[in-house]
Amino acid sequence: MDLRRDVFQALADPTRRGILTLLAASALTPGAIAEHFGTARQTISKHIQILTECELLTPAQKGREILYQLNAVKMKEVADFLEPFRQLWEARFDKLESVMKNYQTTH
Amino acid sequence: MEHKTKVHAENGKQELFITRDFDLPVELLFKAYTEPHLVEQWMGTKVVQLEPKNQGAYRFETTDPKGNIHRFNGVIHEFALNQKITRTFEMENTPFPVQLEFLEFEALSAETSRLVMQIIYKSAAHRDQMLQMPFEFGINMAHNRLQQIAKAQ
Repeated sequence: MDLRRDVFQALADPTRRGILTLLAASALTPGAIAEHFGTARQTISKHIQILTECELLTPAQKGREILYQLNAVKMKEVADFLEPFRQLWEARFDKLESVMKNYQTTH
Repeated sequence: MEHKTKVHAENGKQELFITRDFDLPVELLFKAYTEPHLVEQWMGTKVVQLEPKNQGAYRFETTDPKGNIHRFNGVIHEFALNQKITRTFEMENTPFPVQLEFLEFEALSAETSRLVMQIIYKSAAHRDQMLQMPFEFGINMAHNRLQQIAKAQ
């Protein structure tokens, strides 16, 4: 439960969403990520730490460097978070359609 | 299969779009928003007030299974028959700020129509909170069910 909520807190931040978008293309080192955003490395490290803690990112050792990559399984799980909201509206509009069809045939 | 209802919410924006194609003439789709007894049927709410006109207002009420009454209200800013409704939406006695809704109705053919709903929230964070509500509700429901099952063992 708490883990899920953390994921949303992680995603609520625009920089962190930017990091995820960036890493969708390829795995990068913290230095390369910081360079891309033009912010202090310390700030980016903190963001990476949060993203790693909620399993959106996974570190991989490559030689002397650590590369961060997207955790595809977790990302898919989170990408579906819009689905309940969509289903809510779908159900509402299905109801509208059936109510109005019924109205159409009786008027 | 393509979904009939689509939600478009761009990252970091304080708005979202809901698009739905209906197997209904646009006049009937629009009527679903202006006739109180029809609104009551499809929204499952009691219509306390509904003035479909420029500078009109509406007020709805729902009673949840626990018997609590929830009230919603808003002002209809702009009203163009079979074309457009611009209105505010507010849940009373909740911390959620008022939202602005643009509803655009379009005839696709004599028998089909499209509704595009653009909802603007006070901030991007408020929008994300609204988007997550059904999701978290779903998790809580699942969690409660698990607890019930666990207790029944």
